[in-house]
Amino acid sequence: MEILTYSFMQRAFAVAVLISVITPLIGNIIVLKRLSSIGDALSHSSLAGVAIGLCFGFDPILSAVIFSMLAAFTIEFVRRCFYRYSEIATAVVLSFGVGTAAVFSGFIKNSSAFSSFLFGSIVAVSSFELFVVIILSLIVIVTVIILYRELFFITFDEEGAQLSGVKVKTVNFVFTLLTAIVVSVSSRTVGALVISSLMIIPVACAMLISKSYRSNVILSVIFAVLFTVIGLFISCIYNIKPGGTIVLIGIFILLLLIPFRKK
Amino acid sequence: MSILQVSELCFKYPDKTILENISFSLEKGDFLCIVGTNGTGKSTLLKLILNILKPTKGEIKILGESASKFTSFDKISYVSQKATGFNADFPATVEEIVALGLYSKKGFLSFPKKSDKLKIESALERVGMKSYSKRLIGKLSGGQQQRVFIAKALVNEPEIIFLDEPTVGIDVKAVDSICCLLGELNKSGITIVMVTHDISSILYHSNKVLHLSEDGSAKILASEEFNSQTIFNHVHHNH
Repeated sequence: MEILTYSFMQRAFAVAVLISVITPLIGNIIVLKRLSSIGDALSHSSLAGVAIGLCFGFDPILSAVIFSMLAAFTIEFVRRCFYRYSEIATAVVLSFGVGTAAVFSGFIKNSSAFSSFLFGSIVAVSSFELFVVIILSLIVIVTVIILYRELFFITFDEEGAQLSGVKVKTVNFVFTLLTAIVVSVSSRTVGALVISSLMIIPVACAMLISKSYRSNVILSVIFAVLFTVIGLFISCIYNIKPGGTIVLIGIFILLLLIPFRKK
Repeated sequence: MSILQVSELCFKYPDKTILENISFSLEKGDFLCIVGTNGTGKSTLLKLILNILKPTKGEIKILGESASKFTSFDKISYVSQKATGFNADFPATVEEIVALGLYSKKGFLSFPKKSDKLKIESALERVGMKSYSKRLIGKLSGGQQQRVFIAKALVNEPEIIFLDEPTVGIDVKAVDSICCLLGELNKSGITIVMVTHDISSILYHSNKVLHLSEDGSAKILASEEFNSQTIFNHVHHNH
């Protein structure tokens, strides 16, 4: 517990816990819509934004948010072009993100700044970044609570939701924005290569034992917070990368839960 | 006033005419079955009525409102074909699914009330599924799931229920029980519009049949009249 007396660790824990609350909130919808690969596509696109931001001297998080949003809307567009093979859309956008990030990363003078976005730099969180994460997390949490029924309805039956008066296009647009924000903000701290795992694994764990949609959402948040806190402690004690540790803890707990899945 | 009025409706793809000049109207309390062979546009017609698709020509009025500007979502309900094809591992209870049906009455930014719970219980009771309210939807049989989706459609106390092939993928016994349930709901005053290929099970409960032909035309008949027509055999044996 001594490590929590350091202010940088307090910031790290605060940011990590906030991110572990917001990622499964988005992850629930993504998993249940069977769009799990979208997190990977957006996180790699956010890396492209980071690379371009660092190359041209823009704020890398801002350019990551912009790139993630563009990627999210591009996925929707490409999906309509390949109606029967919609997974092509995420593969195309993911490839574009990787390609762009790879090309521009060659021009970045401070390569450690870029690599910190790959696996995150949770223990190097500044007070300003903590402030940004708090504000964005609040926006995500409040929006998801307000749109709880709409998101649930659309996820379960989009056509039925539309015929019940749900503004499906608006809700999907807002959700896409939220996803892009969550991916970009989280990639700075837990890493772009890890963020989609943090969206998916807690939800997968919850789905094994949950008894309702509501309990699935709550359990996924509890699991994500649990993985994050345990992962951060272990990473501090053994001086290993926090993002990867958090994900591996999640996978370990998922494997432990499989024998207890509901019949 | 007609509860549903379809006038000179046409729907065409660039290379194919699906529906040509279709007109019919329904009164309150009618039970209409839309039948026809595969590809005659049964589900397309339902989607046009519900404004999911836009007609090439013609006009549709539901409860006196133009379908394209329809806003009285609380007065209609829809049980989609997808209802039986959803993700079986979706972690939602029967109660949560039925509660979704209340959205059109409650709208955006409303919180659950005690009366909502009573409405959900009452809808589940009407379809004989009250004791399953805490069960996960994916753990029920096809027939039980369909009853839950009908409860979701009923919870709002709608004037019209639209159903798209509600008996697809359900065993014969469950089909009969769903058809009897729809017949009872119709007797209680709800207008029912149902697309089906399983006309033999439902014909007894309906009072009108709209038969769609491959050339895009349609003919509306009383159920008894339809029963005696040779097209009955035609439709029935095509499936």
